[in-house]
Amino acid sequence: MSLDFKPGAFGDFFKSETFRDDFTYRNSDIRRFPFPFDRDDYMYSVNMEPHVPGRKGTVFENMLDVDEHYVSEMIDRAKVLAEDPLRCQSLPHMTLAGWDTLELVMESKARDYPQWFSLTKNGDRWHWINRPLGIEQSFTFLDESTLPYPPFEYIMRQTQGDWTLQDERDGTLWMDAGIATSQADWSVDFDVGMNFMEWHAPVPLAHQMGVFDRALKFLLKLQHGSPVRRFNWTMTVNPLLDTAPETYPKWGPTKTTLTQENLGRKQHLRVELQSLYRLPRSNAIAFDIRCYLGSFEQIVTVPKWGRRLHRIVRDIHPDLATYKGFIRNRPAMVEWLSKHDDGAPTSAGWWADD
Amino acid sequence: MKIDLTPVDAPSIRTRPVYAPLEPRLASLHLIVADGEGADAVVDMLAKADNRAEILAAAHVMYTPGPNGTDLTAKLEALGAAQFYRAPTIPAMLPRLARVLLDAHMGTQFYLAGTEGLIGQAERDIMNTGFPHVAIQKEHRGSTLRRVQCVHCKGITENVATDPFKCSHCGLNLFVRDHYSRRLAAFQGVNIDAEDPGQVPESVVRFK
Repeated sequence: MSLDFKPGAFGDFFKSETFRDDFTYRNSDIRRFPFPFDRDDYMYSVNMEPHVPGRKGTVFENMLDVDEHYVSEMIDRAKVLAEDPLRCQSLPHMTLAGWDTLELVMESKARDYPQWFSLTKNGDRWHWINRPLGIEQSFTFLDESTLPYPPFEYIMRQTQGDWTLQDERDGTLWMDAGIATSQADWSVDFDVGMNFMEWHAPVPLAHQMGVFDRALKFLLKLQHGSPVRRFNWTMTVNPLLDTAPETYPKWGPTKTTLTQENLGRKQHLRVELQSLYRLPRSNAIAFDIRCYLGSFEQIVTVPKWGRRLHRIVRDIHPDLATYKGFIRNRPAMVEWLSKHDDGAPTSAGWWADD
Repeated sequence: MKIDLTPVDAPSIRTRPVYAPLEPRLASLHLIVADGEGADAVVDMLAKADNRAEILAAAHVMYTPGPNGTDLTAKLEALGAAQFYRAPTIPAMLPRLARVLLDAHMGTQFYLAGTEGLIGQAERDIMNTGFPHVAIQKEHRGSTLRRVQCVHCKGITENVATDPFKCSHCGLNLFVRDHYSRRLAAFQGVNIDAEDPGQVPESVVRFK
């Protein structure tokens, strides 16, 4: 496959690595990983908080985190889209929300990473430079004919994370656009056009707990300029970004390859840092599902995280382990993790102890 | 992997459309689309209408036999609607529905009755023309056979009775997930033996 951009900055910061075939992906510094558990047990909750800039040197430092995996992730996304164009869809009435999203991403990256991205505006004539991907583009804002792709797809090919755009009508949210190339086993092709309750239908337990009713009520009040965030997580064998239902027959069998010898290297905790933004022109809500992968062997190098991950996996409700797709490997994971849990108490909160 | 199948009538199916008995309403055009036993739902709706004659004078009825062979054409035709049309199958009916929708104005009421496959496809085409879903009533009657999209190859298999079943397009063994897309008018089918190829549970009849 030929890329339509020229990655030019693998050099010192951006790593050349793979999320398929030989799986060379690895974190240079696991302490940067967004470990999602703030206590030793886990159950669903709405757990929203304001998405404001956080600690330096963490994924919370900037609104849209650009990390060492950026260029390689964008290459992986281009490959997935070439193999299956249905992974990026936008219903006809969502074009304006696509422009809103393009603006949100460009302004955020140019503000927070001026060494890599630049946006210059002269009225509606905009000039965008993306140095890591070797892209330079002049275009007219809100004029689709001046970009090589529709606005949503154009900016998503330069942005980490899966994104969905929600139209608001009839008192609920409708997922009327989305891109998914680093998803935890859900299909954008099947779900696009669904409302909030419909696309969450397969999630066990949470409906009965009222989680989705509360979350929807909360999101309908989301204001422009006040984004929010929450965590979600699951488990993935190999650092495979694209665990799509479409390709499940290809990656499903890897779940049967774990042994006590290779588990630490192959088993990854998959964390989604989800952030939500009200968009100014369309009044739609953009939902960013940013995926971070950390191997068990790297995570347990932080003693607090090793202890806690063991307790979470050991004690989780079996329905959740089934839904998250790791029930068959849970005993092996608990056995491996137990060697990294001495039973000592852990401190509150998710940060590693300094 | 062990998969617990949800009973068809379990109330826990969150994406499954909610069906209620058809109610007569006031409208400039009554577009009635039905298959199989859905004809009885239309007859029942008209029986409780105090404006029965008005509805029939402004009604366009489209009907096709159900996938189980139930054919109540004579019963529906005898109602005397302004327009009555019988199609041999759902796919044969859809072009006519699309043509009629071009001329349908706001103020039209839609009545869909019969199998989920018929209701889903008619609703999809109506919503594509921009009508609000509140103008669409749906009543499920008769067969519970499902229309299922294979999430892997995207092919749709009609009239699925068993779970798991073999995709009629790519041949994978699929289980029917209780996840429904109105845009596709289909349930989702997912490969059941992906993690353990060849280990396919025995098929059971879940939909009739």
